[in-house]
Amino acid sequence: MRPEAIVDPPEPAAAPLVSIRDLQTHYSIRGNFAERLVGREAGVVHAVDGVTLDIRRGEVLGLVGESGSGKTTLGRTLLGLVPATGGSVRFDGQEIAGLPERRMRELRRQIQVVFQDPHASLNPAMTIGQAVGHPLQIHGIERNRARLRLRVAEVLERVGLAPAEQYLDKYPTDLSGGQKQRAVIARALILDPVLLVADEPVSMLDMSVRAKILELMLALKRDFDLTYLYITHDLATARFFCDRIAIMYLGRIVEIGPAPAIYADPKHPYTRALLRAIPEPDPERAVPRDLPRGEVPDAAQPPLGCHFHPRCPLAFEPCGWESRDLRELLEAHWARLAGEPDVEEEQALFGDLAPLGRPSTEVRLAAPRGRSAEEMLALLERIRREASDEPFWRGVRRLEAVDGHLELDFHEPQSPQLAASGGVAVECHLYGMSTASVAQPNRDSPTGEPSSGS
Amino acid sequence: MSVLDVRRLRVFYGTPGRPVRAVDDVSLQIGEGEVLGLVGESGSGKSTLGRGILGLLPEGARADGEVLYGGRNLVGLSQKELRRLRGPDLGLVFQEPMTRLNPLLRISDHFRETLKQHEPRLSDDERRRRSLETLGRMGIPPTRFRQYPHEFSGGMRQRIMIALALVLRPKLLVADEPTTSLDVIVEGQILALLADLKRNFDTALLLITHNLGIVAEACDRMAVMYAGKIVEEGPVRDVFADAAHPYTRELLRSTISLETTELHSIPGAPPDLIDPPPGCRFHPRCPHAMRVCAERLPEEQRLEGGRRVQCWLHGPARGIPAGGELPLQRQTIGVADEA
Amino acid sequence: MAVAARVPPRARRRGGPWLRRLWSPVGATQGLARVMLVAGFVTTLFFLVIAIFARWIAPYGYTQYEVHGVRFAELTHPSGAHLFGTTVESDDVLSRVIWGAQTELKVVVLSLVLALAVGVPLGLLSGYFGSVLDRGLVLVMDALFAFPPLLLAIVIAFLLGSTVGSGIFTAAFAITVTYVPQYFRVVRNHVISVREEPYVDAARALGARPLTVIRKYVFFNVVQNVPVIATLNAADAILTLAGLGFLGYGIQPTQGAEWGYDVQRGLSDATNGIWWTGVFPGVAIVVLVTGITLLGEGLNETINPVLRRRRFGRILFDPLGSAEALVEEQSL
Repeated sequence: MRPEAIVDPPEPAAAPLVSIRDLQTHYSIRGNFAERLVGREAGVVHAVDGVTLDIRRGEVLGLVGESGSGKTTLGRTLLGLVPATGGSVRFDGQEIAGLPERRMRELRRQIQVVFQDPHASLNPAMTIGQAVGHPLQIHGIERNRARLRLRVAEVLERVGLAPAEQYLDKYPTDLSGGQKQRAVIARALILDPVLLVADEPVSMLDMSVRAKILELMLALKRDFDLTYLYITHDLATARFFCDRIAIMYLGRIVEIGPAPAIYADPKHPYTRALLRAIPEPDPERAVPRDLPRGEVPDAAQPPLGCHFHPRCPLAFEPCGWESRDLRELLEAHWARLAGEPDVEEEQALFGDLAPLGRPSTEVRLAAPRGRSAEEMLALLERIRREASDEPFWRGVRRLEAVDGHLELDFHEPQSPQLAASGGVAVECHLYGMSTASVAQPNRDSPTGEPSSGS
Repeated sequence: MSVLDVRRLRVFYGTPGRPVRAVDDVSLQIGEGEVLGLVGESGSGKSTLGRGILGLLPEGARADGEVLYGGRNLVGLSQKELRRLRGPDLGLVFQEPMTRLNPLLRISDHFRETLKQHEPRLSDDERRRRSLETLGRMGIPPTRFRQYPHEFSGGMRQRIMIALALVLRPKLLVADEPTTSLDVIVEGQILALLADLKRNFDTALLLITHNLGIVAEACDRMAVMYAGKIVEEGPVRDVFADAAHPYTRELLRSTISLETTELHSIPGAPPDLIDPPPGCRFHPRCPHAMRVCAERLPEEQRLEGGRRVQCWLHGPARGIPAGGELPLQRQTIGVADEA
Repeated sequence: MAVAARVPPRARRRGGPWLRRLWSPVGATQGLARVMLVAGFVTTLFFLVIAIFARWIAPYGYTQYEVHGVRFAELTHPSGAHLFGTTVESDDVLSRVIWGAQTELKVVVLSLVLALAVGVPLGLLSGYFGSVLDRGLVLVMDALFAFPPLLLAIVIAFLLGSTVGSGIFTAAFAITVTYVPQYFRVVRNHVISVREEPYVDAARALGARPLTVIRKYVFFNVVQNVPVIATLNAADAILTLAGLGFLGYGIQPTQGAEWGYDVQRGLSDATNGIWWTGVFPGVAIVVLVTGITLLGEGLNETINPVLRRRRFGRILFDPLGSAEALVEEQSL
């Protein structure tokens, strides 16, 4: 026990080990050459954008999301490897967001990490013995070389690298992927940490080894009384490994709850899609064809309202429909018809779609020379008829041709908030919103989400 | 009718010492419009086999045997002749779409170059129409035809790569882990596109993957590779329902999916392919290993339903010497002797 | 404890594996790379031995023009008494060439040590910490880099020469300044890519201080290229030193024998048909520079994984086994 822990006021037994409140981690991206030249930053990526989360003592919390969801950034913020932009992270009652590096260093003994790529996680210039023993030297715990070697040997044997003398003087290149990951785990373990952040620890390993590493981690958790934050994109391994699951999408937690509840009855459309997309080793199952379209959008300019709405099959009025969705609708339509003669005609009718790239809930497009806004309207109506169940049309409040312009208004976007629903918490308008506000989501939107960027 | 007939193909990599037997006596047929899944762990030789078929071997590697395409043996053809075949006949899709597109060329330029090289007689209009149509089927809108690769996301780039291969209407597409670097939902989208190749493009597909889930969902037949050999091959349903080779069974058991109820792993590690173990290459890890397995290479056995397997458990009895079926006495495998 | 009994003491030769790891690519070279490496090494070693043992090898001192009060003849042809002949000042050319090797060695070693001692740490710090420090240092180094090396060396030698004097240290320092930016650049750029490696992140997560991270995790992974550059720079340094000497900004003849100076002196003799005073130091420059360059390029081919050509053995396919008959039968 460190002295600070004694000085701190005693906490109730049920207090979470880590308590994250409205955490934000943003980073700026460099733009093109000209922007770089004048030193202007092109935009801010909201990698973690208001996450509230507890990690309870002794649990395995799975943080699941696709690339670009911000799950790795959240882990790195917790480790103090990237600075938090706002919000609070309390570890064992102590605030660590914004803690200076020097103070953070003491805490590092208690929060350890296992990275995804075992081949890159070990210094190629250090032997396994040196690498695993180095944490003890860093923290000045063990200076005697012989004793250090003994402790390293002990922990190597504990993670299955036995007999240890076979591995102590080897370099990482001499080891297989699974063995390297064991060494990485040993290095994290030797400091006797409280919390282990495991960022995709098995995703780069072969199938036949994954189970072994997962089992090892579970055994170590029992024996060393550890708490895990398991960051992964793989809901299948998470099912085995985690007590609770948090699903992340574009910097936000969209669903969180006990693992059995999430798997038995996934609430958020995104969670459902993730589960359905996992290829199952079952030949009776065909490739799922009702997967959400598109990919995780750019976190520098996330969709309005619910970030998932452009891909959501169940999205409706308040989900945040906007100009960029119109562009995608048109593009998808043209992709379907690609190669047919009238596509170019249709494209000419709408001209340059670039103005639609600026998020806005009110679209006003001028008809090109020699064409009328009515023609544009007719095309949209035809697209609507072809696929009337397309969620996009639920978001359209007004669509008409007014003196040479096509005008299109969307319903006011509302950002969903995490709300309890049947044992889990979901951030989705389908849950936790009164039907009245769904039916009339017009002017009196409860949240003051800015409606456009213009 | 098979599009491609691989007979006794061997591909060795040169080393300062003895060669690495990456693909060792492999026979394989791919029917017209068929989706064949080639599954194996890293180092099993599955990627080498895919490259060997296309004649895309790195320096220092040599192939021996036959890869019969349209009556010609591709092994031993000059690079020039192979290049002419690659594209219009044999297409290839790689794992990393990011690195395979020239960042300085627009998507339209990529298509123009490809079509110009292989179908020089096409008019500009026709070329454009075919490119847009193929891209459209892959879900890329015509509005983005003139953009550069960096303006597309990873999944879009893989779609473009597939379209670039399909625009020449190849008879066979070899896809080497085409979805490995993609997210799971995008992976599903791409797999749906690949599974529809037969219907939309009349193209056969050799899908190389480590993921049995992908094989189950997207393939008609599957071949399981271990240590440079195809140990089992057959229709996907049959192999999943009743795997004939112990390695296939172990691999199926160790796959973690949503339906998995207990964790399982295969003890030990794949063998060194410079000096593979005598007899069956899986015998040191096999739970059913017999004495004969450590001595003699298993003969290929045909099972019903067009299946084949290389395992002494399936005979032939005449190949097993007296006492050969007794259990093999082995050293125990250490916990960390793994891949 | 059971573990205690089995763990052997550390390998006796500390760094043993390191040496072996360093040597193994050298042993694996072949073809041209090997020829270059060996030729370069032999040449360089030859001059090294001459330089170190100049005192015993050279027949006379570098400013010696008489023996026992008997002055050497001026401008004698190469002969038994003076193998390379004598100069207009009655100096023995052979002795000057041999002593010159020592001067070259001193200056090159001194300048390389200085350049490494300054450039490598600056590159490490600049690359690892980035931000203002990095921007400032890059600006300074790029400014230095923009000068032609010889010009820069002349300026420094001139400035120092008028204050400190034109000795070995002045020449070495003038050369150092021209090479610091090279090491800085190479090391910094390499650090920037290594800094993003997960093992560096892991070291930070372990609680290692920045200097520990640099020392233990970054340094060894960025210095592999430095020996190659240092060797190639050594060749370059000799040329620069000779250039300084030739132009009269180098080491003064009283401070040491220097080939570039001698070549310049020999130049005027050459018009009178006296070739030996200029040719021998000139040949020495060419041979040594060529030798070191070969060594450097050989090392580059050996160490640099991009250039290294792997050695492949011949692949012979053994005859296929007994399964042959079976396949024939099946394909029917």
